[in-house]
Amino acid sequence: MTTATTFAGRRLGRYAYVGFCACAFVFLVAPILVIVPLSFNAEPYFTFTEGMLRLDADAWSLRWYRSIVEDEQWGRALVNSMIIGVAATVLATTLGTVAALGLANAAMPARRLAMGILISPMITPVIIVAVGVFFFYSKLGLAQTHLGLILAHAALGAPFVVITVTATLAGFDQTLMRAAASLGAGPLTRFRRVQLPLIAPGVFSGGLFAFAASFDEVVVVLLMGGLEQRTIPRQMWSGIREQISPTILAVATLLIIFAVLVLFTVEWLRRRSSEVSP
Amino acid sequence: MKAPHVEYRNVQKSYDGRVLVVEDLNLAVETGEFLTLLGPSGSGKTTCLMMLAGFEQATSGAILVNGESVHDLPPDKRGIGVVFQNYALFPHMSVGGNLAFPLEVRRLPAPERAERVARALGLVQLEGFEDRRPAELSGGQQQRVAIARALVFEPGLVLMDEPLGALDRRLREEMQFEIRRIQRELGVTVIYVTHDQQEAMVMSDRVAVFRDGRIEQVAAPETLYEEPERAFVAHFIGENNLLAGTVVGSDGDICVVDTQGGTVHAFDVAGSAPGDEVLLAIRPERVGVQPDGVSADSVSDDSVSDDTGHYANELAAAVVDVVFIGDHLRVRLKVGERDDFIAKIPNIVGHGRVLPGDTVRIGWATLDCRALPPDPTVLQTEDDR
Repeated sequence: MTTATTFAGRRLGRYAYVGFCACAFVFLVAPILVIVPLSFNAEPYFTFTEGMLRLDADAWSLRWYRSIVEDEQWGRALVNSMIIGVAATVLATTLGTVAALGLANAAMPARRLAMGILISPMITPVIIVAVGVFFFYSKLGLAQTHLGLILAHAALGAPFVVITVTATLAGFDQTLMRAAASLGAGPLTRFRRVQLPLIAPGVFSGGLFAFAASFDEVVVVLLMGGLEQRTIPRQMWSGIREQISPTILAVATLLIIFAVLVLFTVEWLRRRSSEVSP
Repeated sequence: MKAPHVEYRNVQKSYDGRVLVVEDLNLAVETGEFLTLLGPSGSGKTTCLMMLAGFEQATSGAILVNGESVHDLPPDKRGIGVVFQNYALFPHMSVGGNLAFPLEVRRLPAPERAERVARALGLVQLEGFEDRRPAELSGGQQQRVAIARALVFEPGLVLMDEPLGALDRRLREEMQFEIRRIQRELGVTVIYVTHDQQEAMVMSDRVAVFRDGRIEQVAAPETLYEEPERAFVAHFIGENNLLAGTVVGSDGDICVVDTQGGTVHAFDVAGSAPGDEVLLAIRPERVGVQPDGVSADSVSDDSVSDDTGHYANELAAAVVDVVFIGDHLRVRLKVGERDDFIAKIPNIVGHGRVLPGDTVRIGWATLDCRALPPDPTVLQTEDDR
């Protein structure tokens, strides 16, 4: 009898455990996923209409997706986001990789301190960074320019690159660089032909993170960007505040798809790099 | 006079400014020579190799290649082939890509590159492996590729840092022979680092025995075995019996030494005077063993007994242990206070039959017993066993 009770108790515990996990999962994902069906709403509301719940075909539509394409503000925002994102990514990836290489060198003094400073934009509240950047860049005449936003976003994205490249370098066999040197390759050739190809997955996934960081950044843009520098998150911000149009739900859905693709790419790169390294 | 291919002059190396990893190294390597740096781990041999390759800078002193200091040359300008312990093949390149790398860096035209890569692969018997990836090869094959890559740009000098350390015994012996064959075929100078004394003996023209950042002795393998000049070398190369004693008399190259087991004559390596402490080194296979009561006349080995039929050096000993090995008997003896004296008796007709507990007389030719400068650490390691 005791055995039966324990067994039942154990089963109950297991149900509770699974139930708790499911709740946590729903809590995390539901607010994001609910946006997806809502973006196909035929009416300009942020709620499910009765028709939608009845699965009435007329209650569903692609009109908000059409309005993204038709509204030139969204097109301009996309272009701005791409220009700023790509330029900031290139800058962050280059600088972050070089920084990680330097930090991996045992001869470099005050490595921990330098690492801490480089990582700090990730830890400091964005609003503080944004305010600081705003005052500083205003003096330089960089506020309300693309260049200003690119520089600010590069600073925010670089820590991601530093971290991923540092992690990749930990698995990099430095003897390979010695071997390349003994074979007659100078420092640049050694980096280009031996080190870079082997740490490329880390560099690339760091770059993706940096791009994502710029692509969904809104605080700095709110403070620093003018009308000319409206990015997609900035446009969504005003969409919520000024127009309350479900178009932003359609944009959000597209952004979710984009984020999922980025995550899959990063994971795929991670696996590939672990296959290459012996 | 032609300068040696490589010369270390008073080279010192310290990583932290206090402890010397290499103390005052002086060594000359001739062109076409196969020289091995042999020593226990941490004795500074790899550091010497890395300084020559240019990966480390000497703290003081000079390293010369063909009579010119290489101090200001970065590793990529030295043109020295290096084979690393872990092979260090580029994992993202094929075997052909790895071999072509030094040739591309030197801007050789493609047809010549392909020809040289094929020739280098032929040299290590890996014809047709161009398109394989290093990860697809066995350890032995990777090692061959690493050797081919260090040779493909035709350096006159190749450094090898424990290249066979990761291979199993059978493959290691095969590769020892291979490396030696290739070295003779190409006539390149090889400086080879190992901690395996057998490997050093098999492969080298000369061996430099390292200990604590110093060279104890540099000589051909046979000389190291037959004529060690230091107790450490006598102890490290092959097996040796070491007996502590005090010099009581001296006559030219021969000295008379009092040991716990009796008085013996020995070849005086250290140039000692009466009263000096010495260590006697006698190879186990040079020791004759006769049961008490049997005349030494019956000893067939002329080198051990003199004209009168007696051992030139005779000590009393007690048999502690006898192990039958096959081609010889390994006899452990108590001489004086110590019971670690080993004698190898060849398993031939008429060899003396001994059993544990027997008292025996042991002896050896005077020239087979070398009186070396005392070395407390070497005797200590004997005690620890």
